[in-house]
Amino acid sequence: MVKTDVLIIGAGAVGVAIAREFSKFRGRVLVCDRNDDVGGDASKSCSGLTSTSATMPVGTLECKIRTIAHTMVDVLCRDLDIPIIHCGSIAPVLTDDQMEQVPKLLDKAWQNGVWDYEFMPREEILEMEPTLNPAIRGGIYSPRDSQINQFLMVVAEAENAAENGVEFLLDCEVTGIETRDGRVRRVITTKGEIEATWVVNAAGLHCDDIAKMVGECDFAVHPRKGEFYVLGHDTPVKVKHIISSVPTPKTRGVLVIPTTDDNVLVGPTADDVEDKTDRKTTRAGLEEVRTKALEMVPGLCFADTITQFVGARPARVPEGYHILVSEKARGYVGISGIRSTGLTASLALGKYVVHEMRGAGLALERKVGWVRTRRGIVKFAGKSDAEKDALIARDPLYGKIVCRCEQVTEAEIVQAIRRPVGARTLDAVKRRVRAGMGRCQSGFCGPQVLAILSRELGIPESDVRKRGVAAFMLDHPTDNN
Amino acid sequence: MLGMKTKTCDVVVVGAGPAGLSAAEAAKSAGAGNVLIVERDAAAGGILRQCIHPGFGLKVFGEELTGPEYAERYIERAAAAGAELLTGTTALELRDRELVCASPSGIVNLRFGALVLAMGCRERTRANLVIPGARPSGIYTAGTAQKLINLFGDKVGREVVILGSGDIGMIMARRLTLEGAHVKAVVELLPFLAGLARNKAQCLDDFGIPLLLSHTVVDIDGVDRLTSVTIAPVDEKRRPIPGKEEKIACDTLLLSVGLIPENELSRTGGIALSPVTRGPVVNQFKQTSNPAVFACGNVLHVNDLVDHVSVESAEAGRNAALYAAGALPSAPAFPTVAGPGVRYVCPQSVVADGGEDVTLFFRTTLPGRRTEFLCTSGGKVLATRKSPRTSPGTMEQLVIPKDAVAALDGPVEVRCEHGEVLA
Repeated sequence: MVKTDVLIIGAGAVGVAIAREFSKFRGRVLVCDRNDDVGGDASKSCSGLTSTSATMPVGTLECKIRTIAHTMVDVLCRDLDIPIIHCGSIAPVLTDDQMEQVPKLLDKAWQNGVWDYEFMPREEILEMEPTLNPAIRGGIYSPRDSQINQFLMVVAEAENAAENGVEFLLDCEVTGIETRDGRVRRVITTKGEIEATWVVNAAGLHCDDIAKMVGECDFAVHPRKGEFYVLGHDTPVKVKHIISSVPTPKTRGVLVIPTTDDNVLVGPTADDVEDKTDRKTTRAGLEEVRTKALEMVPGLCFADTITQFVGARPARVPEGYHILVSEKARGYVGISGIRSTGLTASLALGKYVVHEMRGAGLALERKVGWVRTRRGIVKFAGKSDAEKDALIARDPLYGKIVCRCEQVTEAEIVQAIRRPVGARTLDAVKRRVRAGMGRCQSGFCGPQVLAILSRELGIPESDVRKRGVAAFMLDHPTDNN
Repeated sequence: MLGMKTKTCDVVVVGAGPAGLSAAEAAKSAGAGNVLIVERDAAAGGILRQCIHPGFGLKVFGEELTGPEYAERYIERAAAAGAELLTGTTALELRDRELVCASPSGIVNLRFGALVLAMGCRERTRANLVIPGARPSGIYTAGTAQKLINLFGDKVGREVVILGSGDIGMIMARRLTLEGAHVKAVVELLPFLAGLARNKAQCLDDFGIPLLLSHTVVDIDGVDRLTSVTIAPVDEKRRPIPGKEEKIACDTLLLSVGLIPENELSRTGGIALSPVTRGPVVNQFKQTSNPAVFACGNVLHVNDLVDHVSVESAEAGRNAALYAAGALPSAPAFPTVAGPGVRYVCPQSVVADGGEDVTLFFRTTLPGRRTEFLCTSGGKVLATRKSPRTSPGTMEQLVIPKDAVAALDGPVEVRCEHGEVLA
């Protein structure tokens, strides 16, 4: 039986941010997740936007947490070496209806303290972003909206938390929680039982299932599916700013986003579905994204698509951020309602949740020697000839190009696997170092990455997975079909 | 920088597949002093190494060889001619007269008199087709599956559907069947076969594998591993017909939906590319928009037979050697035009130099019977040929006699007139 002071369920942006906050203090902290990798469901497949609170509902907890979190992003990126681009966003105004929205949006932004959110006339906007539809009437410019590498943000926080003593249990699904005398006692997982003094439910899309286990569930969560296209580096029309639809209460609508890796990300849709495992793109959804994006940026070249994917944001019914420190099941902390704004919000949520738990009696003692910083894996691509030569001299595996599309070397892949909370699947390697993220979509490097994973993990190739518990790359001996 | 290596060569060849090997041999035989082939893999042979089936070499050697056997002959010929081979080395960037390469021993800058691009092609992916559905494991491009099975000795799956009737897809249908898998169907969007007819006979018909023309995959299921694909017939505009969907249980989907010349290196060197072939724009010498850079094989345009690649690449290698020696002829060039019924013509221009006959390679847009191919310039017929049966899967040729080449004074058009269209 494993014993821990704190067990965090869910290794998405929120769970990992809480874990990193706890890593500053003494005591054992475990994070478990049903997935094979950190990054959860929503965090790893979101748009990677980190925005101001301009469009947030005024006066809500969500707005407060988001506002505070946004000020923390740059320091996190500096300390943990996370790629971010400060590109700003533009919401082009195309219709009379949208034009009518503008004063309301500006007023809301003002109330939320986002005073640099402003309307600009057509000519000025087109000069800033010539790819926009020339038929626009103007646009709202939001200079402090940025684009962060959402995969590496969570990976970096997890690596740093692990270096500071947090333990990660992946491929580990929680199947039950035992409470006795009004307290949580033990958590039953697919990898054994864990005795925990505190249990933090940061399970995102599955947080209602966990909440039910302690009888603290008066809500339901369903996936709000978002379909995306990713366009390749060589596509002729690339945006300089994040281009967003004029927001509606439900969603920011379709976005056209320049990414930290020099791709163009286009999406998402916002479709509420029942099935929590549904990650299917649809003909209608992809068509909707294409049509709406082309209205804003008519030159986008969808023939240069390198992949399409679905992100699943957790949608809570009823809505709203909820951080529950349970009275009924003491030791249980439930976090729910963290929706698409959660990637940014996670930074402040980490602080907020720990603060609330201290208020409920958790005694914390600051650790000696907490490490604040972490460096990312040094990339080969994009370096000068001399820098590349020096990298190879240091580690000859830098001279073995495995992914030709993104020019990723074996040295980077090996580091991705060997680091704390390292990659154990092809998708996890891909998210960390981009092997397979290019135009051939791992057709060329897939077999090689498979062989490297098999070698580094000491497992047969048939046991190497694309992701998840059972998404094996090859025919697997345990399948008896 | 001090430690960085530089090497000067008369001719550098990128890629040691069939195109590169043939080009290097020819360059050396044409008198180039030192010829260096750069290959990122640990061994020469390129994609032929994984093509363990027979069917290669009928035109060049007059006998049927497997891919590795065919490659072996050219590896020996290139070595015998004196071309040097550098394996485990990846070309990173093309500059004006310099190629930057990486290997575990460091960065090396290769200065060249002439360069031959012979990087081959890559496979189109699911994303290029926008197939909606889930993204489970068990979906491979046909070539990747071929590599896993034939080079890595892996087993990819048991119940298989193949999308696309390209040659690799059909060859993999047979290969998987021989490996004990059950290939349930080969599904083709077009109303006709994409690959060679002989591959349908030998790989599908002989094994009783059904070919469904005018069908496509409209949905994919599976949370972890693939569990099924849904196929549907398409109308004449290639749109799926609603209500006719059929779900096929399977754990493996192979995609054989076309090849794309791999020209990212060419792009770093600013080489002009054709939007149709997606390979460099060349004249009959296989010379690109950078006169010191030549291109051949599938990096130039996707070929049907490796024998064609060998022949075409030998020309590229020889011309590169001539260019490096300052002996490649120059004369006014005239564009080639894909006329009615023709998808593209390669080369894209003809230099009016009468030294040799010029072979134009092209593909038709539709299959047909009793077809006549015509090459004209300014109303004058330069070459013509009749064919009982044609298909877009087959690369066609017309030869312009050298006298006509020398006399050129305007664009050259290739067109195709079918006695009967078979679409």
